[in-house]
Amino acid sequence: MSIKIFVPGDSAALALGADALAKNILAEAARRNMAVELVRNGSRGMLWLEPLVEVQTARGRVAFGPVSAEDVGALFDANFQNGGKHALNLGLTEELAYLKKQERLTFARVGITDPLSLEDYLAHDGFQGLRKALTMQPAAIVQQVTDSGLRGRGGAAFPTGIKWKTVLNTAAAQKYIVCNADEGDSGTFADRMLMEGDPFVLIEGMTIAALAVGATQGYIYVRSEYPHSITILNEAIAAARKAGYLGPNILNSGNSFELEVRKGAGAYVCGEETSLLESLEGKRGIVRAKPPLPAIAGLFGKPTVINNVISLASVPIILDRGAAFYKDYGMGRSHGTLPFQLAGNIKQGGLIEKAFGVTLRELMYDFGGGSASGRPIKAVQVGGPLGAYLPESQWDTPLDYEAYTALWAVLGHGGIVVHDDSADLAKLARYAMKFCAIESCGKCTPCRIGATRGVEVMDKIIAGQDTEAQVELLRDLCDTMLNGSMCAMGGMTPYPVLSALNHFPRDFVKKIPV
Amino acid sequence: MNLARHTESIASIISSQQNRPGALLPILHDIQEALGFIPPDSIQQIASALNLSRAEVHGVITFYHHFRTTPPARHTIEICCAEACQSMGAERLVEHAKQRLAGSKHGECEVKPVYCLGLCATSPALMVGEELHARVTPEKFDRLIEQMGIKT
Repeated sequence: MSIKIFVPGDSAALALGADALAKNILAEAARRNMAVELVRNGSRGMLWLEPLVEVQTARGRVAFGPVSAEDVGALFDANFQNGGKHALNLGLTEELAYLKKQERLTFARVGITDPLSLEDYLAHDGFQGLRKALTMQPAAIVQQVTDSGLRGRGGAAFPTGIKWKTVLNTAAAQKYIVCNADEGDSGTFADRMLMEGDPFVLIEGMTIAALAVGATQGYIYVRSEYPHSITILNEAIAAARKAGYLGPNILNSGNSFELEVRKGAGAYVCGEETSLLESLEGKRGIVRAKPPLPAIAGLFGKPTVINNVISLASVPIILDRGAAFYKDYGMGRSHGTLPFQLAGNIKQGGLIEKAFGVTLRELMYDFGGGSASGRPIKAVQVGGPLGAYLPESQWDTPLDYEAYTALWAVLGHGGIVVHDDSADLAKLARYAMKFCAIESCGKCTPCRIGATRGVEVMDKIIAGQDTEAQVELLRDLCDTMLNGSMCAMGGMTPYPVLSALNHFPRDFVKKIPV
Repeated sequence: MNLARHTESIASIISSQQNRPGALLPILHDIQEALGFIPPDSIQQIASALNLSRAEVHGVITFYHHFRTTPPARHTIEICCAEACQSMGAERLVEHAKQRLAGSKHGECEVKPVYCLGLCATSPALMVGEELHARVTPEKFDRLIEQMGIKT
């Protein structure tokens, strides 16, 4: 019997040498005359342990990590293929606390299955949601999604079911499903991990959306910085189409749905939905005025469902297990789970899928183990480059959409970037303005001009020129951007800037050199 | 560069893509993939095929950071400069890279900032072509450019 070994093919593992490692494992096995079946799985999301190698044993899968290509000989010597003793042996993967304490619904298969094996997907409840959807009326599918309480995971948290209902009720000869995979926020990688680790679940979610609203064409807009995601998605789409899960006659139901991957080109603002639609149409990614909503006049002027990767990938389990099952997770009006992404200066960074209601402190210390540098944590940015910096006094607030709104912060796409006490919040506030100046689409003045003026004001504050007057100017400028911008780019840049100023005012006073 | 060959390969890219809805970005991607950049003298050709003005095509090329209209250096290293990488010393890495490559031949290697490669829990990160590298220390960077055969 051959030995089954898993070496992740996820980008994070590849960036840490997983390809060379996989090659060495095969070569070493051949040298020892051992039959090995090597699976390139997704990542389990324990990124400080990558590359994380697993071996299938009678007791379950045993994890070893972080493994480098040079460790392979010693691992075979230690009989690792049977879970043998070695310094890198972490024990049974499923028993690792980091994983065991999670509630994996959307990421249920990621890291476990072979991402491109349809057989594996089917063996792990794949396409159960689609099969149920095929027996239901469109309005009933929309109702299930509405009842589940699912809200847009891209950051805006708009109820997904309501969006779908608008598209369903808008008559048109052509409708579209668009997946927003332009995951540009620093500190986020959930979309990437899902596309690389379980692409079929996204395809299934989009197909269910198509059945629900009567769309026949879908696009996945992936950023150009994710070349591996694009390759994997294209292979998965081809496999699904060949097996009849996509194409002109889905599972002989008479329904048709075609899916295509489109590549972005390095514009952060294209993560904004109307800018993304412009880009898909082959234009500059300039934000559109709303109304009309994309649900009524979206891609090429047609009714369009545009949802984030995680929103769409959460749909299959909702259809399979029922709205009530999903809704049961979470707190208040934040139902279900969110894949939190713990990043930056953190010892044990990775993906943690938990029900809403967990706190930052739990994530950073119970899961993350504190800062990577060993220094005290000073500030945490939640929700990407447009999210607020949170000081320690706010780390015990439950991660819940409404609780964060009350703090004047956002959950966004669930990215958490940790900074230790060497961080200078005035510099980070300047960076937020600079980033907005670089990435602004240029359509509205508060964002286009405001961000550039913001950098200038921050430069003066950092240089200690007339600080008091400049801080007043900064607040005034932020007020204009907040209330006068067309989209979140200019409208939310004040979140990191003002939260840094309000919670860390000492960083905005020039240090007097001794 | 052979201009006639350019025109020919651009023509075949355009004709294979022009009937797709929203064809401009896929066409620009394919041209840049084939030639390394989008030659400015191809703008007229693309515009005519898609029934657009030259200004519209120029506008799209210059809007997106990914597209370029000049030939790239022999090697391009994209270093992530977003917040998560900053928190782990990306600025120091960029400084180190610039210093190390200061002595290299003109057109040999270009260092470009990029905003997020999605490797935020294993930062700082960089990308060479489609090859990713994470937890990049100055020493790891030096080994990398040595492997790439860049003389400094």
